Parts: sequence; structure tokens; C-alpha cells
Amino acid sequence: MHGLINRAIQSFVCATYGRQCWLQATQAAGLDFVEFEAMLIYEAEVSDRVLEVLCTELNRRKSEFLEDLGTYLVSHRNMEDLRRLLRFGGVTYVEFLHSLDDLSDRVRLAVSDLTLPDLELQEHSSAEYQLYCSPGLPGFSSVMTGVLRAMADDYGALVVLSNEERRNGSELISITLIESAFAEGRHFELGARKS
Amino acid sequence: MIETEDLGSLLDTLCPMYVLINDEGRIVQVGPTVQKLRPEQPMAGRRFLDVFELQRPRSVTEFPTLLSTPGARLRLRFQDQPQTAFKGLIAPLSGKGASVVNLSFGISILDAVRDYALTSADFSGTDLAIELLYLVEAKSAAMEASRSLNLRLQGAKLAAEEQAYTDTLTGLKNRRAMDHILGHLISTKSSFALMHLDLDFFKSVNDRLGHAAGDFVLQQAAMIMLDETRSDDTVARVGGDEFVLIIKGVTDRKKLDSIARRLIAQLCQPMKFEGAACSVSASVGTALSTQFEMPKAQDVLHAADLALYAAKRNGRSCHRFYCEFSNARQSG
Repeated sequence: MHGLINRAIQSFVCATYGRQCWLQATQAAGLDFVEFEAMLIYEAEVSDRVLEVLCTELNRRKSEFLEDLGTYLVSHRNMEDLRRLLRFGGVTYVEFLHSLDDLSDRVRLAVSDLTLPDLELQEHSSAEYQLYCSPGLPGFSSVMTGVLRAMADDYGALVVLSNEERRNGSELISITLIESAFAEGRHFELGARKS
Repeated sequence: MIETEDLGSLLDTLCPMYVLINDEGRIVQVGPTVQKLRPEQPMAGRRFLDVFELQRPRSVTEFPTLLSTPGARLRLRFQDQPQTAFKGLIAPLSGKGASVVNLSFGISILDAVRDYALTSADFSGTDLAIELLYLVEAKSAAMEASRSLNLRLQGAKLAAEEQAYTDTLTGLKNRRAMDHILGHLISTKSSFALMHLDLDFFKSVNDRLGHAAGDFVLQQAAMIMLDETRSDDTVARVGGDEFVLIIKGVTDRKKLDSIARRLIAQLCQPMKFEGAACSVSASVGTALSTQFEMPKAQDVLHAADLALYAAKRNGRSCHRFYCEFSNARQSG
């Protein structure tokens, strides 16, 4: 599992539940370190163990935990860089949804050894969409549900999301766009200077 | 043939950074993105070369000459501030004497999107500008993550070096290790002799033959000291050309003096480095743990140091014991 994914979990836990919670989890999971390095690769089994321990300790279902992680990745100020990268996907929420088809390619362009499952958006009407997540990274659709929810807020769109697992191991997110300009949304400039 | 007006609306969609110029070199129409860069100054009607400064090709100073170089790659910038730079391509319209210059920011795009608050709507759908901006940010973020990993690795390396017990050049123990062993011997009330050995003339070898020769001499000296001591004695390099030897369980002055003299004799043998003779010698000062009622590491080291200076004062290649009765004069 890529260090960036592990690092995302670490960052989310530290920001949301505190560093002490993270330290306990690394210990309970039998890690002999407490910091994941963003640019190193780890055994998938290590990440699974940490995730299991965290969900047990926090008494949360894994899908809920991962969805909150997805929301954190977009909405927390620690993650402003990532939010900006996602906003490059389009001027409106619908454009952003369509840009998800290219997400795994875009990610590879930035970090060549970070492979995310392919996503495919199907448009059933101007308000009904389905996002198919290819198998390969269990729980990815839960994270994406959180991302989609937070990005809707970011664009000021009002959406209803539901997430289901399919028999072939792929996962499906249903998106109903109720209003595309429900609220103001957050500001985005192409050329924002880093503060 | 399409009319200029139709052409304008076609270009608005396809390449929103065009400039349509008539046969006199005056601007007829500009794309919405070009006009957005100078919102207060309508460009239509002005002379092209009054608005844009042509930087390349350098040979061209007059508009008609520019027209005679269709397909040429242009480098331009605004005449006024901010002097945003552009890449451009000129294409004449056949039969009309007019021409179209299509502009692009090229590498100046990073500044341009900031200076003019451009959005993705200001670029044509096929323009790679947004992808470029995305890539710059994504790569900077990835680079930042790599950089912080490098910094942490460097910190870990320094920490590891600090915790190391070995002198990397000679393979001997370092000062840290020596302190540790000395502390252990004292706390277990073991008796020992501590020799402080200093290479004489080492600096002149370094100066005359270079650092590689100096390093070679240090390595040879280290081997000699290891050969002349037992495996459970300690040989540590504690400074550039300074060494400390801890001889465990030996306090007999005769024995120690003969060890020291053997060491000096061996170290005085000329060493050959790439054909050049490197001659050094050594001075040794020795203190015994039994010279102190309550030995402390610092005191024993200081005592050996005093003995070493006495040896040096006596001329090179000498060995002296610390004399507890007089810090100034030591007996041999």
C-alpha cells in the first residue's frame, strides 16, 4: 500500500481523534514505527491491520470511518493542496464528476507509483449519476463517497449519495444532484499563491 | 470565404487568445481572454506593435515584414506593465491583407493566471493550460513529501552517527564509546591504565602530502595500536591525531612502560603512501586508576593529558607517567 494512503489515514486520525489515539493504534497493530512515510511503499497487510485496530478502538464501522476519511481529505485545512488538485477537475460539480474518469490517470501523472482503482461515471439524467469503482482497493468507494460529499459542499451543490458493493467486487456510488448551485461554495482560483 | 465577423466568432470559441489584424497593422478584433488581460484598454483600433512588443524574430521591426514571415514563431510581450510574455503564431488571411496572430502564455502561464485571475473558462477546451497548472501543483506537493522524507532521513542519519561507537575512518572506538567504557570500568571499581597518545608530526604529513596520506597514516597507526594491545583493551580515536588506550587490569609501571615504548617504536617506523615516506612519531602519557582514591573519568583523563604534555615537553617520542604528587613534574 502506498505511503500516501497510509499517511492519509494517519493524518486523519491525528487531526480528528488526537495523536495519542494514533500512537495507541500503531502499538496495538504491532507496528515498530509510529510515522508512515508518504513516499515509501508498505505491505497492504500492515495498512489493513492498522485500519482494523482503529475501527475497533473507535467503535466505528469501517465504511463510516473511511467515508469520514474521504471528507477529511477535501475539507480539512491540512489538505488544502489536495482539494485544489480536485478542483482542477472542473468549474462545476457536474464537470468535476466527469473528471473522475481521469482521476487514476491524473494521480499517476503526479505520483507514478500510486495506483488507484479506475472510476467510471455514468450519466442517467442531468440529475442522476452512478460512479463505478473498479475492484482492487477495498473501501475505496467509501472514501470516494466522503470525497464526493465534501466536494459537493466545496462547489455549493446539494447531493444525495448512496454506496453499495456489487457481486463482482466492484463498488457503486449513486449520486443524485438536487441542486447544483445550492450554496455559495468555496472560492477557487487557478493561480492561488501558497500562503 | 468567411466574413471577418464570422471569423471572429469562430476564433472566440476555438482560440480565445487571438488577435485579428488588418493590412495596416491595426487590431480589428481580439479574443475575450486577450481583452481580459487589459480590461480598461479596448485593443481594437490600436496598432498591433503599439500594444505588443515583438521580441523575436529580432530582425522584424515593421509590421509588413512580419506579414512576410507566415508561420514564424513569435515571442512577444506587452508594451506596458505587467509585461506578460507570449508565444505567438501569425497566419495571413488570403486575399484580404489581414492576418491572425494566435497567442499563448507558454511558460509565463503560472504568473498570468495569478496576475489576471484567469479561470478555466478563459482557455479553450483543448488547451492543456489547466493540465499544466494541475501538474505543477501536483508535482510540487509530491516533491514536498519527498523533500520532507529526505530531511527526516538525514536527521535519522545524523542521530545514528551520533549514537555510533565507531570511528568510521580507522574502525577504532570513538570518544563516545571510550567515555562509556571508562564509566563502566570506574563504576565496577576495576583497575586500569589509561594512555593518552598523540601522533607527532602528523600535521606536517597532512600539509605536505595531503589528506589522503594523513588518513592512511591514521589507519596504519590504528592497526599498530590494535596489534600492540590485547583484544579486551580499548583503543579509541578521540581527536584528529589523538588516541586513548585503556589497558584493563594492568597497573604495573614496568609493563606499561614497555607497552608504550613498543607503541612509540612501531609508530616511528616510516610508512609508505603511494611511494612517499610519511614519518610520524608518538608521545604517550599514562595515568593509573590506582593513583586516585575515588577515580573519576574526567580526572583520569586529565591526569593522562598532563603526563602527555610532560612527555612532549621532554622532546618527542617519549612516555611519561602522571605524578600525583606534582602536577607539573612527572617521573619516568
